[in-house]
Amino acid sequence: MHQVLNKNISPLKNFDIKKIREDFPILSRMVNGKPLVYLDNAATSQKPQVVIDVLQNYYQNENSNVHRGVHFLSDRATNLYEEAREKIQKFLNAKSTKEIIYVRGTTEGINLVANSFVKPRLNEGDNIIVSLMEHHANVVPWQLVCDEKKAKIKIIPINKKGELLVDSLHGLIDEKTKFISVVHISNSLGTINPINEAIEIAHKNNIPILIDGAQSVCHGSVDVQKLDCDFFVFSGHKICGPTGIGALYGKEKWLEEMPPYQGGGDMILQVTFEKTIYNDLPYKFEAGTPNISGAIGLGTALDYVQSIGYENLHTQENLLLKYATEKLSKIDKVQIIGTADNKASIVSFVMADIHAHDVGTILDQEGVAVRAGHHCTQPVMDYFGVPGTARASFSFYNTLEEVDILEDAVKKGIKIFLG
Amino acid sequence: MSNLNELYQQVILDHNKNPRHFHKIDSCNHEIDARNPLCGDQFKIYLQIQDGLIKNVGFEGSGCAISKASASLMCSSVLDKTVDYAKDLFEKMHLIFTGKTHSINEEELGSLFALSGVAEFPSRVKCASLSWHALNGALKNSNELISTE
Repeated sequence: MHQVLNKNISPLKNFDIKKIREDFPILSRMVNGKPLVYLDNAATSQKPQVVIDVLQNYYQNENSNVHRGVHFLSDRATNLYEEAREKIQKFLNAKSTKEIIYVRGTTEGINLVANSFVKPRLNEGDNIIVSLMEHHANVVPWQLVCDEKKAKIKIIPINKKGELLVDSLHGLIDEKTKFISVVHISNSLGTINPINEAIEIAHKNNIPILIDGAQSVCHGSVDVQKLDCDFFVFSGHKICGPTGIGALYGKEKWLEEMPPYQGGGDMILQVTFEKTIYNDLPYKFEAGTPNISGAIGLGTALDYVQSIGYENLHTQENLLLKYATEKLSKIDKVQIIGTADNKASIVSFVMADIHAHDVGTILDQEGVAVRAGHHCTQPVMDYFGVPGTARASFSFYNTLEEVDILEDAVKKGIKIFLG
Repeated sequence: MSNLNELYQQVILDHNKNPRHFHKIDSCNHEIDARNPLCGDQFKIYLQIQDGLIKNVGFEGSGCAISKASASLMCSSVLDKTVDYAKDLFEKMHLIFTGKTHSINEEELGSLFALSGVAEFPSRVKCASLSWHALNGALKNSNELISTE
């Protein structure tokens, strides 16, 4: 990293990190008397002023319910809400807005697919394949439907670097395999999975596949048509949007044949007590008053991230990943967990036998926010034989100087515990 | 002293590294699981209570420095004490962890005083109190799983 002279200035052209940081008001606050060093982006990203403003403006000037009123504000709210759906459609390059279902986030999206798509197709003795590095949101919904249907879950293994052994899918798939669900980027290891191969293998065997994009959309562009995945799901709050909103992409042919997930208003065409006719896509899956402001905020967040440019974002994040990996692996007693060749800007580590929560507290006192624990991926922690890790996850708005602060805080922790 | 040094005092670091009573008690008549599923802290507390007296006490398991040191200090301070004493001590420690007491008697608490720094760290209160809740459960004659979540 010797070529980087000023650690607060990115070497990228058209990428003024100082200006970008100014877009995020929270980044200038203090924590425990120190400037905040926010390295918990894999848990949730911070929000730029434009997103905060759009939420406030919505409630201040445009608040109304969607798809209902004949009055001015209801029209306005409906337009904004549907414009945001179009933004998501373009963002994922889905064929049509019919394929974009608003959900609360990744977890709800997976539950929707598990209940409406997979459960009706599942019989006793069937199986669903997931990977060992799934977070609990891509494990428990499948366990629930498998328990109910007396089906079972099969696991794609990983290697010691934390890489998915995707070829083992060939051996795992049998005539009883009904569905595959795989995470795009591991939240605890940072591994970028070869999902193209997974999708290809799934489709060669006529098995539909879901890609969990919770950690991936914030690190690079996604093209669901090119990927050809059957379902793709992500959470808005991990890509600069508000919490409680996300999107499920599904191929239209699948969504058409799926029964609704929840019943209520907005998802119907006609209701009598004898029979209800369901609404068209995507509304069939959106019962009740939705998270309108959240959807609009997410649309704005996607605009914002795209305005930075994925190339810039990529370069900055890779720079941070390399620098942090280099710095942390040089510290005696620190071991990085997850050393895949193809990684996103997530660095999970353990420090001697110091428990992750003690590491988290020590770093917090230096203003450094990291996630400490099992990251809702207990099977991964078991595989590596650790109760948890400390995880620094970087976003495009982090600086190399912040990595230095992390390094110093880690050294301080080692000193406290090991003298 | 900074907050951090107050939290990770030598006593805590020592009890974390060399936990006392860190073994199973074969003759125990109470065995309680104490778990914090969000953190992954997992302990088993063993107690042998006879005629209102804690005759033997021990623990096993894994967790952060605070939870481990707290369990170790707790075992040391209730051994050979009466059940009533231990119940009182639980109430006292609970108030200290949650910062609800202003009159901490350092002399009376002895090495348990080292745990009082936890009050400044709300996210770590449950680490410190995990084994104490298990103890209290056992004293109330319940062998149910104790969880701080």
